[in-house]
Amino acid sequence: MGETKKVEFEYSQIDSERMRLNVGPQHPSTHGVLRLEVELDGEIVTEVIPHIGYLHRCFEKHCEKMTYPQVIPYIDRMDYICAMNNEWPYVMGIEKLMGIEVPEKVEYIRVIFAELNRIANHQIAIATFGLDAGAFTPFLYLFRDREFILSIFEKASGGRLLYNYYWVGGLAADVHKEFKEDVLSIVKQVRETNKEIADLLLYNKIFIERVANVGILPADVAISYGCSGPVARGSGLAFDLRKDAPYSIYDRFDFDVVTGHGEVGTVGDCFDRNIVRFHEMEQSCRIIEQAIEQMPMDGDVREKLPKKIRPPKGEIYTKAENPKGELGFYIVSNGTDKPERIKSRGTSFVNLSVLPEISKGYLFADLIMILGSVDIVLGEVDR
Amino acid sequence: MKKYINNIWLGIYTVLVGMKITIIHLFAKNVTVQYPNKHPLEKASGDKMPMNARNRIFVDMDLCNGCNGCARACPVNCITVQTLKVVPGDAPPLKNGEKRGLWVPSYTLDFAKCCFCGLCIDPCPTEAIKMTTEFEYSAYDRKDLFYKFSTMTDEEIQQKKELLANFQAEKAKKEAEAKKAADAAKAAEAPKPETGELKIDN
Amino acid sequence: MEQQILTLYDWIVKLSSSNLIALIVVITLPLVFLMVYALVAILGELKISAFIQERLGPMRTGPWGIIQPVAEVVKLLQKEDITPDAANKPLFNMAPFLMFTAAYAGFAVIPFSSHFVPAGINLGLFYIFAMGSLAVIGLVMGGWASNNKYSLLGALRSVAQIISYEIPAAIVILTIVVLASSMNLQVINANQGGWFWNWYLFGGPGTAWKLIIIPVTFSMFLLYLVASLAETNRTPFDIPEGESELVAGYHTEYSGMKFAMFFFAEYANMFVVAALISILFFGGWNSPFGDFMNGPIWGVFWFISKSFVFVFVQIWLRWTLPRLRVDQLMGVTWKVMTPIAFICFFAIGLWLMFN
Ligand code: SF4
Ligand code: SF4
Repeated sequence: MGETKKVEFEYSQIDSERMRLNVGPQHPSTHGVLRLEVELDGEIVTEVIPHIGYLHRCFEKHCEKMTYPQVIPYIDRMDYICAMNNEWPYVMGIEKLMGIEVPEKVEYIRVIFAELNRIANHQIAIATFGLDAGAFTPFLYLFRDREFILSIFEKASGGRLLYNYYWVGGLAADVHKEFKEDVLSIVKQVRETNKEIADLLLYNKIFIERVANVGILPADVAISYGCSGPVARGSGLAFDLRKDAPYSIYDRFDFDVVTGHGEVGTVGDCFDRNIVRFHEMEQSCRIIEQAIEQMPMDGDVREKLPKKIRPPKGEIYTKAENPKGELGFYIVSNGTDKPERIKSRGTSFVNLSVLPEISKGYLFADLIMILGSVDIVLGEVDR
Repeated sequence: MKKYINNIWLGIYTVLVGMKITIIHLFAKNVTVQYPNKHPLEKASGDKMPMNARNRIFVDMDLCNGCNGCARACPVNCITVQTLKVVPGDAPPLKNGEKRGLWVPSYTLDFAKCCFCGLCIDPCPTEAIKMTTEFEYSAYDRKDLFYKFSTMTDEEIQQKKELLANFQAEKAKKEAEAKKAADAAKAAEAPKPETGELKIDN
Repeated sequence: MEQQILTLYDWIVKLSSSNLIALIVVITLPLVFLMVYALVAILGELKISAFIQERLGPMRTGPWGIIQPVAEVVKLLQKEDITPDAANKPLFNMAPFLMFTAAYAGFAVIPFSSHFVPAGINLGLFYIFAMGSLAVIGLVMGGWASNNKYSLLGALRSVAQIISYEIPAAIVILTIVVLASSMNLQVINANQGGWFWNWYLFGGPGTAWKLIIIPVTFSMFLLYLVASLAETNRTPFDIPEGESELVAGYHTEYSGMKFAMFFFAEYANMFVVAALISILFFGGWNSPFGDFMNGPIWGVFWFISKSFVFVFVQIWLRWTLPRLRVDQLMGVTWKVMTPIAFICFFAIGLWLMFN
C-alpha cells in the first residue's frame, strides 16, 4: 500500500456541457441587429460567431443605378451616427476625379462639421458603452449634448441625422451668421460635460474594474485584422489618416493623435479603446477652435457646384478618418452620370471582424463590453 | 496590502463622487419639455426650428412649370409629374412672371417614400418645390401621405386636353394641308426637276 | 418582552374582544402599507431617475404623473399572462408568488412603532434573514422553470450572489446582536432610545469611550448597505437581471401579473432592507432628538421616513453606478467585505470585553 496515486486535477478537464446562446438580433446591447452565436462554458465565452446582414440594403449595387449626387443620401445611411464624415471621402473622390478645387471656406466648414460629428459619434460611443455597463445616467447627459451639436447641423443642412450636406464641389447650403459663436459655445459645453463624464463614469472604480484588462487587442493582431480608428489607436498604434495621409486642410491644424497606453490595465483593453475616444473629443475641440479662428466668413459655398456631374472615365480610391476608423470609397467612373461601381471599405465591418479573436476566454458580461468598446454601427457593417 | 486598501478607498471615493454629480443634477433644470403640451419651438432658450430645416415638402403649383427636374433628381422616385402642353395664349403666366409652357395636371409626391434628402429642391428653376419647417405631419393612413399638389380640377384637365387636342388636330390639319399643298406643289413640279446652279450655303 | 407594553394587537383585542379581528387587522395593515409604499416607491424611482437625468419623467397620468404607478399596475394586470410552452408550468407559476410571499413575510417582524409590530417574536432578526434567503428559491425556480438560457444564467448568478452576500450581512447583524444582546428587533430599537448619538451607527448608548468604536460601526453600516444592495439585486449588483447582458435575467419570460409580482417583491425587499438599516443603525422608531416628537404615533413617522431615506439612497445609487461583473461581485464579498466584517466583529467583541 505504499504507493499513492496522484490525481491530476485540472479545471479544463472537467467535462461540462457547453451552452449555445443566441445573442441578438433583438438584444438590448448588440447595438442594432447584430446576431452573435455564443458558445458558453458556464459563463466563459469559448466561441463567438457574428452573423451579420440583418440590415443589408444592397448599398453598393444600388449606387450603380443612381446618379452621383443621388448616392450621397444613401451614404448618409451607412454610418448614420456620423453622416458628415461618411459623405466626405465620397465627394472628395469625385472632386478629385473631376479636378474640382473647392473653395477655402468650404474646406473649413467641412473640417468643422466633420470634427463636430466626430465628437457626436464619440459621445454616443461612450454613452452606449456606459449603458452596456449598466450606467444609464451618463448616457442621457451625453445625448443631451449631442442634441446641441445636431442643432448646429440642422441649422446648416436642415437635417438632424442624415444631412446630405457635403456636395460635390461644395456644400448644400451656407452656414448661418452666428455660426462661429454657436460652435464655440458647443465646444465649451462639450468640455464641461466631458469633465463630468470622466468623474461619473470613466474613472469610476466599478467601471474601471469592468473594462480594464478585458478584451485585449495586441497591436499586431489589430494590424493583421485591418483595424483602424480608436480600435487600432487603443492598441497603441498611432494611426490616424488626418496625420498620416493628410487630406483636405488637416495639415494646417495642430493636434495630437491619441493612443492607448494601458492607463489602468494592459495596452489595448476596452478601457484604452474607450479613453482614446474620450481624449479624441478634446483633440477635435482643439481642431475646431483653430478652424473657427482661421475660417473666412465670406465666400460662396456653392460657387463650385458643377451643373452636371459626369466624372471622366477612371477610378479612384479615397479615404478619410471616420470617427470609427478609415472609411474608403473606391469609385469607378465610366464617363456617364452614374457610377460604374462603388465599393466602400466599411470601418465598423472591418473592426467587427476582430471581435471573435478578442472575446474568447472572457466572461459573457465582458463580451458585451468588448462589443461595446469596438463601437460598431450595423448600418455600416451590413450596408 | 497597500493596493488592497487603495482599491477599497478608490471604490468608495469614486462612488461618492458619482453620487455627488447625480445629486446636483437631481436639482438641476430639466432639459426636456412635455412635447405636445409644450411645443419645443417655444422653448425658453430661443431654440427655433431653423428656416432651412428639411421637413414636409410643399409645391407651389402657381410656380411649377412642369420641368420634371425634381422628379429626375429624386433618388427614391417619389415624385411623378405629368404635363400637358399649353395652347399658346391660354395659360396665365407663372407667379414669377415667366411664361407657362406646360400645364401640370398631376403632380404627386409619395411622402411616405421621401427620405428628406433635399435633392429635389436644388434643380427647380422656379423655386416651386420647397421644404417647410412643418414637422407634425404624421398620418393614420398611408394614403394621407400621398400628396397631390396639382390644383387643376378634372374638368379643367379635360378641357385643357380637348383644347390641346383641338389645337393639335388643327395644327396637324394645317400641317397636313401645308404638306399636301407642298406635296401637290412638289407633285406638280415633279416631272420637271429644278435645275440651276448648285447652291452652297455658307 | 419583559416590560409589557400595550401593543396595537392588545388594544384591538381589548376594543373588540375578538382575537380574530385583531389578527386580521395586524396582518392586513402591513399589506396595505406595502401596497401604498410600492406605488410611492415606483413613482419615486420613475421621478428620481428622471430628475437625475434632467428629464421630466411621467407627466401624463394625473397632475405631474403622480398616478403613473397605478396605471402601470393596471396595465400589467390587463396583460396576457403568457406561460412558455417549454416551461415547467407548476414551478413557473409558483415562483413569483414564492418571491412575493418571502418578501412580504419579512414584514411580519418589522416594528413600525413601539406599539405596533405584527409579530413580536424574539428571533426577529434571524427570521428576517431566513425569509430573505427564501427569495433565492423563488429566483432559481423562476429562472430554471422558464427554460430560457438567459433566465437560467440570471438565476444561477443570483443564487451565487445572494448566498455570498448573506455572509458579510450576517456577520454585521451578528455584531449588532452582540452589541444589543438581543435578536428582538423591538429590543434593539428600544436600546437606541434618546438622542441620536445613542444609535448603533454611533456606537449605541454608552459612555464617551464608545467614540473608539464609531469607525467600526460606520464601516459596519457601509458593509451592510452594500450587502443589502446585493441582496435586493439593485445596481451596482443587479447582474442577475442586468438588462444589457441577460435581457431581463430570471424574469425574462414573465409577463402580466406574474411580472408584477416580481416587481412588487423587489420593492418590498428594498423596503425590508431599508427598514433593517434604519432599525439596526438609525434607531428605528426612535426620534433623533430625545423626547421631541417621540411616541408610538410619531414612531411610525420616524421609522417610515428613516426607511424611505434608504430607499432613496438605493434609487440614487442605481442611477449613478454601472454594474459589476459576476466574478468581481464575488471578489468583493469574499475578498473585501467578509474579512472586514470579521474584523469589525472582533473589534466590537474586544471592546465589549474590556468595557
Ligand atoms: S427630399 Fe429627396 S426623397 Fe424627398 S422628394 Fe425630394 S428628392 Fe425625393
Ligand atoms: S423642378 Fe420645380 S418647376 Fe420643375 S417640376 Fe419640379 S417643382 Fe415643378
